[in-house]
Amino acid sequence: MEGDTVVSEVASTLLGVENLSVTLENGRPIVQDVSFTLAAGETFGLVGESGSGKTTTALALLGFARPGMRIVSGDVEIRGERVALHDEGAARQLRGRLVSHVPQDPATNLNPALRISESIADVYKAHRGSEGADGAVRRALERVHLPVTSDFLRRFPHQLSGGQQQRVLIACALVCEPALLVLDEPTTGLDVVTQAHILQEIEHLHRERDLAMIYVSHDLAVISQIAERVSVMYGGVLVEEGPTREVLTRPRHPYTLGLARSIPTHTVLHRRLHGIPGVAVGGVQTGCPFEPRCEQRVARCGVEAPPLERVGASVVRCFESHRTPPLGVTDQIAIGQRANGAPVLSVEDLLAVHQHQGRTVVAANSVSFTVGVGECVALVGESGSGKTTIARTIAGLHKPAGGRIVLAGEELAASARDRPRALRRRCQIIFQNPFESLNPTRRVIDEVMRPAFTLRGLSSSQGREEAGELLSRVRLPDRLAERYPAELSGGERQRVAIARALIAQPDLLVCDEITSALDVSVQAAVIELLVELREELGLSLLFITHNLGVVASIADRVLILNRGEICEEGVVDDVFVTPRNPYTIELLEAAPSLHIAAQ
Amino acid sequence: MRIFRFARTGRGKAGIIVLGFVLGVALIGPLVAPYDPAALVSAPDLTPSRAFPLGTDALGRDVLSRVLWGGRSVVWLALAATVGAFAIGTAIGLVAGYSRSLVDPVLMRTVDVILSFPPLLFFLIVATSVGTSELTLIVGIAIVLAPGIARIVYSATRETSVRGFVEAAVARGESTSAILRREILPNILDSIIANFGLTVTFSVLLVAAVNFLGLGLQPPAANWALMISENRDAIAINVWATVAPAAMIAALTVGVNLLGDAVSHTLGRSDIGAPAITRVEGT
Amino acid sequence: MGGLTSNARDQHELSALARVRRALLYFTVGSLRRHPLLRFTLRRVGQGIVTLLAASVVIFVGTSVVPGSPATALLGHQANPKAIAAIDHRLGYDKPIVQRYFQWLDNAVQGNLGNSAIEVAQGADNSPVWAAIRSPFIDTIILALITMLLLMPLSLLIGLVAGITAGRWPDQVFSTATLIFLALPEFVVGAILIAIFFVWLDVLPPVSLLAPGKLPFSDPKALVMPVLTLLAVSLAWTVRMIRIGTISVLRTDYVQMARLQGISERRVLRRYVLRNALAPSVQVFALSMQYLLGGVIVTETVFNYPGVGSQLVNAVTSHDDTEVQAIALILAAIYIAINVVADLIVMFLVPKLRTEA
Repeated sequence: MEGDTVVSEVASTLLGVENLSVTLENGRPIVQDVSFTLAAGETFGLVGESGSGKTTTALALLGFARPGMRIVSGDVEIRGERVALHDEGAARQLRGRLVSHVPQDPATNLNPALRISESIADVYKAHRGSEGADGAVRRALERVHLPVTSDFLRRFPHQLSGGQQQRVLIACALVCEPALLVLDEPTTGLDVVTQAHILQEIEHLHRERDLAMIYVSHDLAVISQIAERVSVMYGGVLVEEGPTREVLTRPRHPYTLGLARSIPTHTVLHRRLHGIPGVAVGGVQTGCPFEPRCEQRVARCGVEAPPLERVGASVVRCFESHRTPPLGVTDQIAIGQRANGAPVLSVEDLLAVHQHQGRTVVAANSVSFTVGVGECVALVGESGSGKTTIARTIAGLHKPAGGRIVLAGEELAASARDRPRALRRRCQIIFQNPFESLNPTRRVIDEVMRPAFTLRGLSSSQGREEAGELLSRVRLPDRLAERYPAELSGGERQRVAIARALIAQPDLLVCDEITSALDVSVQAAVIELLVELREELGLSLLFITHNLGVVASIADRVLILNRGEICEEGVVDDVFVTPRNPYTIELLEAAPSLHIAAQ
Repeated sequence: MRIFRFARTGRGKAGIIVLGFVLGVALIGPLVAPYDPAALVSAPDLTPSRAFPLGTDALGRDVLSRVLWGGRSVVWLALAATVGAFAIGTAIGLVAGYSRSLVDPVLMRTVDVILSFPPLLFFLIVATSVGTSELTLIVGIAIVLAPGIARIVYSATRETSVRGFVEAAVARGESTSAILRREILPNILDSIIANFGLTVTFSVLLVAAVNFLGLGLQPPAANWALMISENRDAIAINVWATVAPAAMIAALTVGVNLLGDAVSHTLGRSDIGAPAITRVEGT
Repeated sequence: MGGLTSNARDQHELSALARVRRALLYFTVGSLRRHPLLRFTLRRVGQGIVTLLAASVVIFVGTSVVPGSPATALLGHQANPKAIAAIDHRLGYDKPIVQRYFQWLDNAVQGNLGNSAIEVAQGADNSPVWAAIRSPFIDTIILALITMLLLMPLSLLIGLVAGITAGRWPDQVFSTATLIFLALPEFVVGAILIAIFFVWLDVLPPVSLLAPGKLPFSDPKALVMPVLTLLAVSLAWTVRMIRIGTISVLRTDYVQMARLQGISERRVLRRYVLRNALAPSVQVFALSMQYLLGGVIVTETVFNYPGVGSQLVNAVTSHDDTEVQAIALILAAIYIAINVVADLIVMFLVPKLRTEA
């Protein structure tokens, strides 16, 4: 593929990347022929989900390939210097000096044995020598608004908070005044409020010094806030690129459209999310990588790889881009009608504590709430607020220190084992981590069958039949039913977990952050499934999450939990539009939102 | 089966060959030995000759025959002790690892106390009063090795018991024995098997050491380790009486270790939680 | 103060005393609270003492499981029961075991390790165990120290090189060699060394006979093979562990980050890899010291080295309870002490643990 580079409208091109390709040692492609340009002072977003190759691309810009991977081609031209990226020796000259990298997880990226002043100074000394190192360190810390006291300089990484650690890493990246900053999901590991602060910091830098930035993320909402241009990657290929407003309001590539339809945002309530059918598969070499999942595909797409074509102010890599429908009116989810009568779940004055690093933390301090029949109630809070503990207490996995839990009119014993089988059946819990929720040594269908045996007393053949039906209903491909969990993706495993919960025929489903570990489109698919099941079966849901966009989409009522206490509760429409509690207001303001409507 | 992939690695092959040879000698040796291992066939400390390919030992017995007979006891004692160690250690580790009551600290503190002794020392202490016999050897070594296994099983059990699928089983109200049997044990098998090779190696080393020190089998039994201590003084006269059994023990322990290492390497690389080949996550 | 009455002066003094006492209390408790290091040290040492006590129980009970053994060892199983009972009485074995344990413990804490059971059984009034084992202990400690002095730098060097060149030929060689050596029993290594250096080359003596009371340095040749034997196996262990530690540090995010920041590979190795690979090596050396404590038992027997290891074996074979108890207790104490000291050193070296303690 020839590199069709797009020259941006702004005059001076600072950075040009041509024909960047990275493969595994065995030749399988991870990134195929990526090219783009960047102007001075521009922020460029690089968007993609797992398997898109975006992180590999970000690292390759510094001439770095992770063990097992190789950069096979690619040139970068920056500030007039031209460097071949596959030549590691030459590419190493770029690092820190012209191009700097800010990683995802700050805690593990700082040397635990060095004080932070030493860490920052190391980067300076590597390129500029020891002269002036102290001054440079102080200036770098000032730029990221960290205290420049001798006490702070002498701290070790573990003595800083997550947000402070990230700022230190940004300081390291800036200390040699590079031309380009590559940020790889720098806020993913932080809580929402800190995320907002770091984003502000980054925006500040952007405005301040005409620093060019490449911001890699899966979060279109964040990108929409800070990037002027965005490019979307799928399967190692750049599928669409253009001004952010264009790409987000009128996506041309079917994948970009699918992505835009799957992003939850708390500014639009009760919007139905749509996932993209199928699963991401990497390393496709013939034709378009998105073809297996594309609804607009024609015969040609599987055989020929589409070239980059200009459409309006963007470029797209699709033969059928003219057929891509507009984003359209978002369809609404009907608000669950609160049935009159006794609630399915009633939590009264719940008091729950747990041990965290040797200290006793109060997770729930006299918490009371109800979940009605057919209702979806969201429990929102930051990590450490106690929401997971509440979920586990309801499921009988954690002993409460006080209060009662009433399910379908009967009080629940503290431990699951002490509850009668009929009650255990009616409340099912699904966990966050898809990679831990299934027994690795059991086949999928056997795992789903088990509750039918223990909780409903079905025979082996009856259970198997029902399990098979349920797996179809959660849209798991038939061939996966007899496989082991290792062969399933994260989204597929969560579906299996849902099927396993449903076979017990519960009244209440407790979902503990079940989509937090999933890609955006996969999350949308799982939520789409839950909404359907809820409409069909009349299930009640207690949905625990920290993602306000998901709450806005799926929940009828919301409870805001702050350090073990419910500080606000009510119908979603009320709480999100006119929040009263200052903590709720802080959360809503910090959450990134897709600026579609505003544009 | 996935486990047998170790047979394809360099170390695996070397281990199989060496171990195969040693086990062959140990098990089949007695059937082909030219003389009775306890019989005095000639003058002591003769150098190798046609009649006695490895010469005679300090008492005048045929070294070759004694070498052919001397492996059985080493192998069977080591195996018995290993099996005992695994049985005891796994039981303790599972129960302590899963329990949230006092049982956990009580069991594990006891394990720690036994682990605070050098292994041989612990065995010697018990041997002081109980004396030496095949049974004490097996039980003693099993007790010495069990705590190491208990520790590994304990941490594997603890790690596994907080994983989602175990909690899902608890929430279903399944009984403790069902959970240990169906959810936990299959998922810690890998850690156990990975340590099997190392434990067998230790077991052989301990059995050999105990016999060498004279606290195991007593003369006139033919035992490779015992032979080394018996013939050490006359090493200058007939070096083979010492070196032959020494080489056999070395081959046994090295073979077991090579195999064990190959097995645990194979297990380590088999990704139980990893995605399938076509899915490339985290790029 | 002159204007105060004597009563008031007493009051004043009393309150001064109370103030001093309160200040002292505040100081110690306060410093405990302000200095997590101190707290941790005290707690760790306390744990060690408790473990030692538990070990002493095991030692005492272990050696007394079958009572009367020194007697039967001397006289044989067919001996006159009255004779056996008489010896038991001399040794104090007719008293209840719990009482004997506490008596023994009480003596040990005060430094009295008892009298050799066999000697007493044979009629001696006094045959202090400590006198018999003091010299062998010194010989063993010298042997162990020399081995450690050679072990530490060698294993660091080889382990680091193996870790850094992981996958390439230097590492393949070291990995396979260590795998083989750690499987070899000490007496096999010893026997083969004797075969090489004595039978074949004739440069070293096959046994390390030393005149009693003389230090091993008077005849250094006697030390060579025992040290080599101990080194062979313990080096294999330590090299493997340091290698694995080095490899895991090389795989960390912060090492990758340093490379991404353009820091030279030499600097990365020195400041990012070495520093963080060294802390776990303290534990490795502690483990190897503990291993040596066990390894000397066999090695000394192979070479007839007059250390506490061969002494112990003799005591066990002759069923000399008291001597076994004494040696075992001291060895266990050293074993546990090594653990405690290693934990404390790691605490000092790793900044993260300091503030979390």
